[in-house]
Amino acid sequence: MLALLILFPLVLALFASFTPWYQGRSWLLPLAGTIHLILVVMLLAEPGSAAEPGAWIGLDALARLLLLVTSPLYLGCALYAVDYLNLRRDRGNRVIVPCLLVFLSTMTLAIVSRHLGVLWVGVETTTIASAPLIYYNRNRLSIEATWKYLLIGSVGIALAMLGILFVAYSALGSGIPISLQLDKLLADGPTLARPWLHAGFVFLLVGFGTKMGLAPLHTWKPDAYGEAPGMVGALLAGGLTSVAFLAVLRGVQIMGAAGDLAMARQALLGMGLLSLLVAAVFMVRQPDIKRMLAYSSVEHMGILAIGVGIGGLATFGALLHLVNNALAKGCLFLSAGNIQRAFASKHLSEVRGAISALPLSGGLFLAGFLAVTGSPPFGLFLSEFTILRGIFGAEQMWVGALFLILLATVFIGMGATVLSVTQGEPTDPELHFKDRFLLVAPPLVMLLAVLLLGVFIPAPLRDLLQQAALLLEVEP
Amino acid sequence: MYGLSNLCLLLVILLNFFTLGSSRLAACIRAVALQGALLALLPITAHGFSAHTLVLATGALLLKGIFIPWLLLRAIREVRIRREVEPLIGYVPTLILGALVTAASFIFADFLPLMAQHQGGLFIPTSLATLFAGFLLLMTRRKAITQVLGYLMLENGIFIFGILLSEAMPMMVEAGVLLDLLVGVFVMGIVMNQINREFSTLNTERLSALKE
Repeated sequence: MLALLILFPLVLALFASFTPWYQGRSWLLPLAGTIHLILVVMLLAEPGSAAEPGAWIGLDALARLLLLVTSPLYLGCALYAVDYLNLRRDRGNRVIVPCLLVFLSTMTLAIVSRHLGVLWVGVETTTIASAPLIYYNRNRLSIEATWKYLLIGSVGIALAMLGILFVAYSALGSGIPISLQLDKLLADGPTLARPWLHAGFVFLLVGFGTKMGLAPLHTWKPDAYGEAPGMVGALLAGGLTSVAFLAVLRGVQIMGAAGDLAMARQALLGMGLLSLLVAAVFMVRQPDIKRMLAYSSVEHMGILAIGVGIGGLATFGALLHLVNNALAKGCLFLSAGNIQRAFASKHLSEVRGAISALPLSGGLFLAGFLAVTGSPPFGLFLSEFTILRGIFGAEQMWVGALFLILLATVFIGMGATVLSVTQGEPTDPELHFKDRFLLVAPPLVMLLAVLLLGVFIPAPLRDLLQQAALLLEVEP
Repeated sequence: MYGLSNLCLLLVILLNFFTLGSSRLAACIRAVALQGALLALLPITAHGFSAHTLVLATGALLLKGIFIPWLLLRAIREVRIRREVEPLIGYVPTLILGALVTAASFIFADFLPLMAQHQGGLFIPTSLATLFAGFLLLMTRRKAITQVLGYLMLENGIFIFGILLSEAMPMMVEAGVLLDLLVGVFVMGIVMNQINREFSTLNTERLSALKE
């Protein structure tokens, strides 16, 4: 069943590259998203589908959580894509549809892998599959963004490979047969050679951190998110970054099994705080709405890293935040895409009065801003509050204070931009686009889901989050 | 067999220096191709003949030694560029930096706790030196094509380290890694083509519209 989950998007991708029918090709995306979601729900409902020890692919609580995050997000973006591609007939969809399908497949592969080599192949292939997505608009700016993304992403992921090799080398001295299988590494944790393991973790963090967009490795992010279509931004910011975070968490798990959780946490905490700082600095007076969202993504990756870096209750908060962040980013990028389409610009100087021009998309953008900055009653308030409780519970007063100050800065900085985009009267009453059902329904549903998670976390989700958090806390 | 590995690795280091110091793109591509071909020998010289090492060697030779260089050579023929003009940092400083990082790699590798059979071997220092040389090339050159060469060299460095562990790496994963490299370079090639079409140059200096 797991193999099916990975393979069927590939088959559809192959089919998509041969099908001559434009509309039909677009509809393959929601088809794939629906099948994927159904399979995921079936897999999650099966209690006995735990990972077999020694298997290359399998599901543990973390993988289940990630599937639960990425699959609905993908379906939402796929539905959005149908109408979006309809509006962009001049650009064609012969490349973007197969790439989106391959992207789904490789993202799933990375999520369910229980072998560091397979995980690496999955994450690296997402880079390659998403490069054509960023290049979709085919102008000078998107070329530049794609080039930077490819180069920085490839180098980062190459360093992650080195990290994986270092981890493998750390097992070599103890006489046990070396393996990159996760369960084996976790079982052999205490016998791993420390210097190599530490170096390996640092390289894993740097490599997958590049993909995740932790500062100072985030430099590709504003460019790529700024130039890619809105739905691609949503998939990258909600899906791909979460997958890269999972890869980092696999490193944390191994460090935990080796009894070096403290070092892993310190490294994550440092990078998390730096990301928050960088995001806050660049988000103030940011004139480009999509670049602003990219920095918001850097910020939230920082929050995730801080949560896991603190540990305990904050880890639970971080995992909850992962779910919320994906949904909120989906809502924001999709509505920002609509606004950009209507005003033919994403620059503050030309976009004004989005609410009066596009009541739904503008409203969603404003509400999405409130959600993503952690205003109550949205889910991100709850998860950020949980992380904060964890921070103060661990008596890290300075971290807590810094966290609060930076979040407030982000709120004010982002608020200034978002309010000037949504409020007022549009300078140019001639709009290129009106709200359409398929272009506003997915972000609306995502927003409602974030809202729901703010007031009520279903029991199965809470259990899943607790199990997943437990995986990251294990000391030998 | 051990001596043969070390000979290959020494040549790999020399090729690093050649690539860092040369301004002629075709020569650089050939040097990296030769480096890739030498790497293809290493699994066999290090672990002897077996199905695994033979497949790995053939795969590396075909991709790193022949196919990718051929793609790159074709790319520079199409866009008619021969030389890297004025790199961000001159050739002599790059060479000096290259010498420094190579020396540093040797010193650093001495500090790491190595397995008895890897002690005194050139695998780990060469791997690190090649990795850093790739980084240097990536950062100090303007032409997109030289940056791709830097990426390839960096990958070569990692490949050398991987050979030490080829027992741990299942064949399928190795194949996946090589395939990813190929597709990655292929996609980079397509983007390079677009850069050339759009800007009529392969200088990445022009790619500077996006900034804060």
